[in-house]
Amino acid sequence: MQLESMYQDIILDHYRNPHHKGLRDPFDAEVHHVNPVCGDEVTLRVSLKDVNGEPVVEDVSYDSLGCSISQASASVMSDLVIGKPVAEAMTISQAFLELMQSKGEGQPDEGLLEDAVAFVGVSKYPARIKCALLGWMAWKDATAQAMEVAQ
Amino acid sequence: MSSVHLDVEAVRADFPALARTVRNDKPLIYLDSGATSQKPVQVLDAVRSAYEQHNAAAHRGTHLLGEEATDLYEGARAKVAAFLAARPDEVVFTKNATEAVNLVAYALSAPGQLQVRAGDEVLITEMEHHANLVPWQQLCERTGATLRWLDVTPEGRLDTDDLDNMITGRTRIVAVTHQSNVTGTVPPVAEIARVAHQKGALVLADGAQSVPHQPVDVTTLGADFLVFSSHKMLGPYGIGVLFGRAELLEAMPPFLTGGSMIEVVRMEGSTFLPPPQRFEPGVPAIAEAAGLAAAVDYLTALGMDNVAAHEESLTAHALDALREIDGVRILGPDTTKDRGGAVAFEVDGVHPHDVGQVLDELGIAVRTGHHCAWPLHRALGVQASTRASFYVYNTHDEVDALADGIRYAQRFFGTG
Repeated sequence: MQLESMYQDIILDHYRNPHHKGLRDPFDAEVHHVNPVCGDEVTLRVSLKDVNGEPVVEDVSYDSLGCSISQASASVMSDLVIGKPVAEAMTISQAFLELMQSKGEGQPDEGLLEDAVAFVGVSKYPARIKCALLGWMAWKDATAQAMEVAQ
Repeated sequence: MSSVHLDVEAVRADFPALARTVRNDKPLIYLDSGATSQKPVQVLDAVRSAYEQHNAAAHRGTHLLGEEATDLYEGARAKVAAFLAARPDEVVFTKNATEAVNLVAYALSAPGQLQVRAGDEVLITEMEHHANLVPWQQLCERTGATLRWLDVTPEGRLDTDDLDNMITGRTRIVAVTHQSNVTGTVPPVAEIARVAHQKGALVLADGAQSVPHQPVDVTTLGADFLVFSSHKMLGPYGIGVLFGRAELLEAMPPFLTGGSMIEVVRMEGSTFLPPPQRFEPGVPAIAEAAGLAAAVDYLTALGMDNVAAHEESLTAHALDALREIDGVRILGPDTTKDRGGAVAFEVDGVHPHDVGQVLDELGIAVRTGHHCAWPLHRALGVQASTRASFYVYNTHDEVDALADGIRYAQRFFGTG
């Protein structure tokens, strides 16, 4: 069975005990993203801070409804980006997007993606890629909006 | 439980897709006919033969192939008409059911005797597929008419208690599904049509999930319009049907315009052919029409009463099997009375996407999500669901495999 390759323990752990979940104040931008195919949704807030002139992700909080893949992915994403400079977090986001587009052939950089490497199995299932990307896309959108506000 | 009048094994032998294996070399258990049905060799042969032997543009040219293509196309129209107990000139070929609804919604907002105006009302229901919902929202936005809708009961039935007040003297059209694609509910279309007609309103029935699965006779259905798609009834993609009462089609302006639907074209303006040609611009889908005709022949040979009885037996079995599983909630009626073979359900603690993924690993194809009926899911208090839907080739063993698969998903996610 291939199920275990998609639903690795890391994913199931994050699904059952999501990190950073729940909407928090303060925040600089809030977005609401929906997967129109299944109706899964996420409301996500980003708070940035300025560290020596460089924007850094201070907090990501979210409320979401969705499948194990989308829930676990949002949890892993928030772990990865909180505390990182926006530029570095965007690099991680891009690496995750490329992993999801790899059709199961990706060789993920574990140093960069950490727990997110567990999603490599998901990339073999085109119908589930959007699930894995829902939280990431919401974060990217919210961060871009927060950067605009800051300017 | 077996269906006496339908030889399922013989039917299955006609469907090449059912012979293939899927993930993990499992045989395919196809429980997603509500989305699209599989196709028998008779349909595939008809499409191939149309392209191989009779390929030409219908209604044009003076050559033999053109005549044969026209005969195929018009023969398909006659066959579909007979299937519905309609007249051939009341059968318009469209791209699919969705386009057929849009055709009517457009015609009702264009100048003409049927034009809907500000202050008029359009009545739909909360259980509609988006295809019979969004076009009416758009019609109301274009015209200033008011969209109203009948609610769904917690059991997934249509709430018709207040029908007499919901259909008013200002209601111009009532658009209602003839069988829900989620809950299988079969609303009382004839009763709705009786009230609507008393008040001067037209009725459109969405037959996308009924025409493939039960006998439908437009002389007793009560609806003025009926729409459905070929691909859900064993036929090819890309062709669907709008049935409309002749005098209504006659009063409707064209929707899509161009060649084949005109009478005379001058630079200053054009006149149009009578229905059904008025609504069929461009070279029509001849091979697809031939395939649809073969699908109608196939279903007619099985007997639509037998098709309905077979599906009722599978649905009863599925309702029983799913009810026995702790943590599974069936959406919609829990008996087969006025209910077709779409069985949507929730599995406590396991998201439909994850249920579907586990079933897929077992070779079982189901639909997950909101099934293009988002408001209905909201009304039933669920975000999304898993849906199994049955057809002529499904077996009782496959229903048991579904129930086993759900239990497996519960164990995998630690909820069962």
